[in-house]
Formats: sequence, structure tokens, C-alpha cells
Amino acid sequence: MSNKLLSVENLTMKFGGLIAIDNLSFSASESQITSIIGPNGAGKTTVFNCLTGFYKPSEGEMILHKDNDSISLKKYTDFKISHKAKVARTFQNIRLFSSMSVLENLLVAQHNELMVASGYSIFGLLNLKRYKDKEREAVEKAKYWLDLTGLTTRADDNAGDLSYGDQRKLEIIRAMCTNPKLLCLDEPAAGLNPKESSELNKLLKFIKTEKQTGILLIEHDMSVVMGISDHVVVLNYGKKIFEGTAKDTRNSKEVIEAYLGVEE
Amino acid sequence: MEYFLQQLVNGITLGSIYGLIAIGYTMVYGIIGMINFAHGDIFMIGAFIAIISFLIFGLTSIALPFILLFVLLISMLFTACYGWTVEKLAYKPLRGSFRLAPLISALGMSIVLQNFVQVAQGARTKAIHPIITGKFEFFKESDFVVIVSHLQIFMVLLTIALMAGFTFLITKTDLGRAQRACEQDKTMASLLGINVDRTISVTFIIGSSLASVAGMMFVLYYGVIDFYIGFLAGIKAFTAAVLGGIGSLPGAMLGGLIIGLIEVMWSGYISSEYKDVAAFSVLIVTLIFFPTGLLGKPEIEKV
Repeated sequence: MSNKLLSVENLTMKFGGLIAIDNLSFSASESQITSIIGPNGAGKTTVFNCLTGFYKPSEGEMILHKDNDSISLKKYTDFKISHKAKVARTFQNIRLFSSMSVLENLLVAQHNELMVASGYSIFGLLNLKRYKDKEREAVEKAKYWLDLTGLTTRADDNAGDLSYGDQRKLEIIRAMCTNPKLLCLDEPAAGLNPKESSELNKLLKFIKTEKQTGILLIEHDMSVVMGISDHVVVLNYGKKIFEGTAKDTRNSKEVIEAYLGVEE
Repeated sequence: MEYFLQQLVNGITLGSIYGLIAIGYTMVYGIIGMINFAHGDIFMIGAFIAIISFLIFGLTSIALPFILLFVLLISMLFTACYGWTVEKLAYKPLRGSFRLAPLISALGMSIVLQNFVQVAQGARTKAIHPIITGKFEFFKESDFVVIVSHLQIFMVLLTIALMAGFTFLITKTDLGRAQRACEQDKTMASLLGINVDRTISVTFIIGSSLASVAGMMFVLYYGVIDFYIGFLAGIKAFTAAVLGGIGSLPGAMLGGLIIGLIEVMWSGYISSEYKDVAAFSVLIVTLIFFPTGLLGKPEIEKV
């Protein structure tokens, strides 16, 4: 068992009378892919929204363990989620900066490092060496990820001109450019063809083993979930109904009931 | 022909002023989707700070180029503070509110600034002696001598330099990238670690300092200002921004130039009384035939 990265404890999210997440506890580890699955409306995306500061949970705690330190994600909102807490996420729909180039999309994700190095752009305007070095580093890092995903030749094209599958990949590597400890992916395989989704699997496996990043994955595509998950959490109506390995999940009676209904 | 050349020179000079103000409108619209109607008054504040500092420096024995530089920096600095404060006080608390709220707040801010200057500086017009004198004369043998003053050259060169620097800032630097990212998707930008509030503040600071340069040029060019100049100049610069395609930076520069030329040509050939009518007719015609402006991108909605 590798190091514990995230522990969600008794998380509850209420919208008026509606309980979207009900007393949910689970944990995710470094260098592991933890999948959250469940039928539509089970509260999966709500979990992400709580983790990334869009919603304030009604009750419960979300603790991120990093560098021998434990921080509560509740305290972070906005840009601090990425900058201080080192949590990155993607959305169900693609949200690239479509009229910026592919490379620029990756550089935007490294904004904070560049901003400090450039003295908030003042030195950047003067083209000092320190800033130039930092910028070269940032471009190198972007190139590393582009090479890995085979997008290098498209670096100067507008992100909006890429194919759907490439845009999905770009979103993930853009999130990786923020150096996250925890990467939350909301249905990354939605709309991908089988070839693209097997490429996605490869990329996610690479990220978890080479980058020691913990991945939280919401996914409906079971070939992705079963193929790469180290750990699966199943939600239904905001409650956790099962937690275990991919193999156990497939054979679990509760999970099958939640997806297919109970035989009368 | 000579007459036309003269009007062309005058038009380009006036267009520089409008272009510099228009950038402020278009940038703010780009990033938070509102028309900052107080921007014209920020320009007016810039003009007042410029005239006050000219008078103060006029008492000293500093050489003229240095005076120009100091006045430029001082008015940029103070006006940027005004722009920043206006954003913090009047627009930031309304972010996330309905779309019209910041617009109404902007109109209110415009009135506040006008009245503040009226009370603080008096309602009478303020005048200043010409500071940059000297001129070049062309076509001396013909019956119409074309005059290009040193001031006009100074203004056009300064505008070109500022716009080049500004374009570099937006397209090449990290700050510009962050700004364009916020323009497209603020939520995503903040998830990638960009401080959106700060980026918006910086936008207001840049827009205001460019407007203050326009204000200083206005003082040098016309020599007479009052607390009300921001209204007309602001509306014309807004017309320029819409003409060029609001949200588009090259569009704002182009629009400023076109509005300046139209106004000058109309006064030169038809009637100077109706020059404002001409400028605003352009706004109406643009909105009818090019709703997205000359360089604006049409919004395509996916079905």
C-alpha cells in the first residue's frame, strides 16, 4: 500500500432539502488511480466540486496529505486550489482556451512560476536572463508532455482546432503542467473512440507511476475503469455502496443492483 | 491634395487619442464583459493630473524632455490608482451579480468622478500655454501649406511606441497570457492557479494608464480642459472600440484611427458643427451592418 494522499471523512453536501452526498468517507493514495463510479446523479461530480472549492461542504472534512503535512481542502478556494493545495481538475466538457495555441495553453498552467520569475512581468518586459531561463524551462516542460502525447507538431495550432481526442489529452497534460499532487478527472474518456481511450489509459498509467500523482477518476466507460483502477468507490444517491478493487467491484451484488435494478 | 494631406495628419493625431482610450474599453469588455462607462472620466482625470504637473514642473528649470517624461509617468501612476480604486469599489463587489449591475455602477462612477473634479478643481476651463512648439512646413510653393507640428509627431510616435509595447505585453508575456486565459474562461484559469481578481485589477491599471497618456496628449494638443471632456471623448472612444470590434485590441486601435479621420475629414470638408453627428452615425451604421465590428469575431453558437 502506498502513501495515503487524500482522505475524505464524513463528507455531506446538502442543497436545501436535497442531500447530494451523504456521509461519504473514502481515501485515495499516491501513485494510484481511484475511480468513483455510480449511476447518473449519484453525486460524483459534486464530490469533485467540493474538493476543488466550488461548493462548501455542509459537513465533513477533506484532508490532503502532502510532504508530511496535512491540509484541509476546505480552506482553499479559487486559484489557491491549484497554487497552494496542488489539486488539479478537468471538467466533463472540454474547457481549453480554444483561441490560444496548444503551447500557450500549457504555459498558462505554469503561470505562477513564471509570474514570480518575471517579477510580475516587469522584468519580463525587460527580458532579463533569469526570466528567459525560466520561460525556457516552462517551454521544455510543455514540450516534454507534448512529446509524450504526440502533440508536438500541433504546438502552434489553436487548441480549438485539435481533434476531440487530442483536446482531451491536452486538457490532462495542461492539468499536469501545474505539478499537481492530486489530479481529478471528470469523465476523460467520454466521447473517445476505442483507440483514443486506450491511449488515455496509457497516459494515466504513466502519470501515476512516473509522476507519483494520485488520480481521482470519474468515468462511465467501464473498459477504462476496470482496466486501470487500483481502487474503486461506488456511489448511489450520494451514499457509498461499495469500495474495493476493480475485480471485486465487478462481482459485487450491490453494484450490479445499483446499475441494473433489483429483480422483483 | 495639400488640404487633404493636412486633414490626414490632423486625423491621425486625433485618432491616436481615441485609440489609446478605446483600448481601455475593449480590454475591460474582453475580460469582464462590461462597458466601463467611467473610463472616459479616467481619461479626464489623467488630463487634469497632467495639467497640474505641467504647471508644477513649469516652475522648475528642468529641461523639456524630462518634464514630458515626468508628467507622463506621474499622470500614468495616479490615473492607474484611480482606475484600480474604481474597479475595487464599484465593480468587484458586483462580480457575479446580474449583467446590468456593473454597468449602472459604472455610470454612477462616471458621475462621481465628474463631480469630484468639478468640486475639487472648479467648473471653469483650465488652459495652458503650448508646451511643444515648432513645426515642419511642406508644399511651401503651393497656395496651401501643409503644417506638421512637432507635437503631432510626438503624439503619433508615442502612441505607436505604447501600442507596440502593449501588443508585446498581451501576446508575448506571461501576464498577457493570463489575461487572455481569463478572457476565455475565468473558472478554468483560476483552477490552473491564475489569480483572476489580480489579473482583472491589472487590466484596469493598464487601461487607465493608457487613458492617462491620451489625457496628457489632449492637454498638449488642445491646451484647454474642463471636468466634462471625459464624456464626449469617452463616448467617441467607445464608438471606436465598437467600430473595431469590441474585445479586439487591434480593432480598438484601428477604430480610433478611423473615428479620428472621419471627424477631421467631416469638419474639413463639410461642417465642423456636425462632426460629432458624423462620428456617432458611424456607430449606428456599424451596429447595423457589422454588429461584431470590423475585426471582431462573430460569435458562433453551436447547436
